[in-house]
Amino acid sequence: MHLSTTRESMEFDVVIIGAGPAGLSAAIRLKQLNPTLSVVILEKGAEVGAHILSGAIIDPIGIDTLFPNWRKEEDHPFKTAVTQEHFLILGEKRAWKIPNMLIPGVMSNRGNFVVSLGGVCRWLAQKAERLGVEIYPGFAGIKMLYNAVGAVAGVATGDMGVRKDGSHGLNYTPGIELMGKYVLIGEGACGSLAKELIAHYALDRKSCPQKYGIGIKELWEVDPVRHRSGLILHSVGWPLDKRTTGGSFLYHMKNNKVSVGFVVHLDYRNPYLSPFEEFQRFKTHPTIRNVFIGAKRIAYGARALTEGGWQSVPKLVFPGGALVGCAAGFMNVPRIKGVHNAILSGITAGEHIALAIASGRAHDEIIGIEDSWRMGPIGRDLLPVRNLKPLWTKYGTKFGVILGGFDMWCHQLSGFSLFGTMQHKKTDAVMLDPSFMHDPIKYPSPDNILTFDRLSSIYLSGTHHRDDEPSHLLLKDKELQEKSELGVYSGPSTRYCPAAVYEWIEDGNSRRYVINAQNCIHCKTCDIKDPNKNIEWIPPEGRGGPLYFDM
Amino acid sequence: MKDAKQQTMEQKWQGDMKIIVGVKRVVDYNVKVRVKSDGSGIELTNVKMSMNPFDEIALEEAIRLREKGVATEVVAISIGSAISQETLRTALAMGADRAILVVDKRVLEPLEVAIVFRELVKVEAPNLVIFGKQAIDDDSNQTGQMLAGLLGWGQAAFASAMNVKNGEAIVEREVDAGVQTIAVRLPAVITADLRLNEPRYASLPNIMQARRKIIEEKTLSELGITYKPHIKVLKIEEPEARQPGIRVNSVAELVKRLRQEKNLL
Ligand SMILES: Cc1cc2nc3c(=O)[nH]c(=O)nc-3n(C[C@H](O)[C@H](O)[C@H](O)COP(=O)(O)OP(=O)(O)OC[C@H]3O[C@@H](n4cnc5c(N)ncnc54)[C@H](O)[C@@H]3O)c2cc1C
Ligand code: SF4
Repeated sequence: MHLSTTRESMEFDVVIIGAGPAGLSAAIRLKQLNPTLSVVILEKGAEVGAHILSGAIIDPIGIDTLFPNWRKEEDHPFKTAVTQEHFLILGEKRAWKIPNMLIPGVMSNRGNFVVSLGGVCRWLAQKAERLGVEIYPGFAGIKMLYNAVGAVAGVATGDMGVRKDGSHGLNYTPGIELMGKYVLIGEGACGSLAKELIAHYALDRKSCPQKYGIGIKELWEVDPVRHRSGLILHSVGWPLDKRTTGGSFLYHMKNNKVSVGFVVHLDYRNPYLSPFEEFQRFKTHPTIRNVFIGAKRIAYGARALTEGGWQSVPKLVFPGGALVGCAAGFMNVPRIKGVHNAILSGITAGEHIALAIASGRAHDEIIGIEDSWRMGPIGRDLLPVRNLKPLWTKYGTKFGVILGGFDMWCHQLSGFSLFGTMQHKKTDAVMLDPSFMHDPIKYPSPDNILTFDRLSSIYLSGTHHRDDEPSHLLLKDKELQEKSELGVYSGPSTRYCPAAVYEWIEDGNSRRYVINAQNCIHCKTCDIKDPNKNIEWIPPEGRGGPLYFDM
Repeated sequence: MKDAKQQTMEQKWQGDMKIIVGVKRVVDYNVKVRVKSDGSGIELTNVKMSMNPFDEIALEEAIRLREKGVATEVVAISIGSAISQETLRTALAMGADRAILVVDKRVLEPLEVAIVFRELVKVEAPNLVIFGKQAIDDDSNQTGQMLAGLLGWGQAAFASAMNVKNGEAIVEREVDAGVQTIAVRLPAVITADLRLNEPRYASLPNIMQARRKIIEEKTLSELGITYKPHIKVLKIEEPEARQPGIRVNSVAELVKRLRQEKNLL
């Protein structure tokens, strides 16, 4: 981490990290309530939306709360309503459609919209700037700053122009300190500052460990005759084996675009598994592949999502701020939706902080944020589905989905769950089995029409890091990596990373671990899944990373 | 021995030397550009735009000349729609003293850009104009040369090092045979090559300040320019996709396959 000793410092009322739906909504609410507040947002991507990747189908409950009149506006991004939905269970050659009447109400997508979340964030950012929020893309928050009594007082940005060896380049520019009465962390899943804060204040003392999935996504421009605006499709089952859970999404957006992606739950056991290859295989299923005839792939990316839900949400508040959105983990897993809750949590945090500042407070714990979420709309969204993920993990796809569905029905009809609240016991990292317990998986070669390899894929993500900057992927113990990651687990990082960053290269008799950090697309999977927690992801120099345009 | 004329020139340059830098908003160099499905142009919706990297280098050089005390004022100028203000804000954050936006939504061809700058030169009376050697979107590599021609000024294209002294710019240019060093009398037009310098970062405090600065605006009609385009873009096509490579196990196999399958060697 590169922190200069002499940094300029600037004062704001509220400092927000991350221009995702959570951070932007918090900023907007703050300025709606009190236009005189100074609110600043730091975003590590080169522009708002550059690091945003989602499905996405949005439940408008959040946006309705933030802008009750948005439907009357012309330039809003919610132009494609969901018109038709299918839920499929896939076998290798066949597909079974679950009748919509069997699907619990909470899972229905009626009234929702198919969007690019990047586009939604750009729209929100414009609104925020019109209200006077200052947004600075290209700057990552890299370290929390604490005051003398141990409360959060601000955030430091990273230095720029540092060379690989740590020395200062000719254009070296020190980072600065952004001080705020309150700091909100809206970094999304597995945020690096959120991690620091959760550890520092033991915010997860009373919650289950957070669980994650990796979502890999492609955007396609399809043949107009195969396009059905508003049609959405989800599947579980093939190509994953019985014990590996996850599923696909395929959304028909406007302008002949199709968003297709695959989520693999990161508690998978087989170290030979490659989420990327599973996704490529999924597209070849007989009921899926036809959409892509004559189509062209135009974008690629990946991002982790939180899956722990209700049980894994840590304490949200700490002295001087709060976690919002998926940095706290408000994702609803069976619905694969987190945006609505990210927006709602941003709004709640904004409201409580505006009040606190109005009454002259600063740097304290705003307990109202903590106390309100479980009883409010976010809690009502997450509580009924809280057992699906644990059941799925425990019983595999077939029984897990059936039991989970049954449990959601029970909750819908009686308000209670059959299973109480099931706990997540282990982190995803420790779920990996040693490789001797599994056989290597032989994945088919790409045809470069429908299926691809990782290198040609990351090319489409536009990812970039300055050649000479220090690696932002820290390997804590080199020997351990060779002894365990390679020796015991046969190098899972060479497979779980969707950007082919990690390689074990044969060098005569020994093996060398190569980290191609410049290819990283900031999905955070390595930080989550390395079996020894030996890899740490820290924010690279601002602007580095993918350049998503419509993800 | 310097003659009298040269000495007064030198004093003049020392007194006030103004530099104009042309900065263009282009698709960011990390973006994988895509041709629109109807072939009418490049897909620009939601695509990240940035200052043309060669213009960044040109601007950096101008700012350094001011920091060295050689120049007194750096004016960044862009032609484009209102959104090009972003590019000019970056220029201000890097250290330009003033910024001018010539508001025009069309895509201008190099000669028209050169004419716009000729008119601005009349108004601003700079001693030096620096451009990037080319914009990475259309790769024309013409504007600097055309402006020098229109003004009857000296020019040094593809500068990889430069210095201003005694009313002259000493410029190194990378040419096929090595490095050529030339001297051009000011006023002159210089275009910046990649190796001229490594542009600075716009720091966060400077970006914040730049947001509060005023950007002057002008239109082509204010400058008295009417122009009939000479170039029409007929079609834009993507290059043919590269064939995927194959992996061979030995040199012998490589040679064999090149012979048999590609009829090479
Ligand atoms: C494949 C996939 C499909 C999904 N599908 C859907 C869906 O269909 N519907 C739905 O509602 N939800 C979906 N989700 C979930 C949804 O995307 C998230 O819940 C939502 O994006 C969370 O919003 P957020 O603002 O908390 O975080 P994010 O959207 O992740 O935004 C965080 C922002 O903070 C920035 N940032 C992070 N760290 C720093 C730092 N240190 N300094 C500066 N900036 C930083 C990031 O660059 C990013 O811009 C999906 C997620 C994935 C991965
Ligand atoms: S290096 Fe880590 S964060 Fe980067 S793309 Fe690979 S798995 Fe994701």
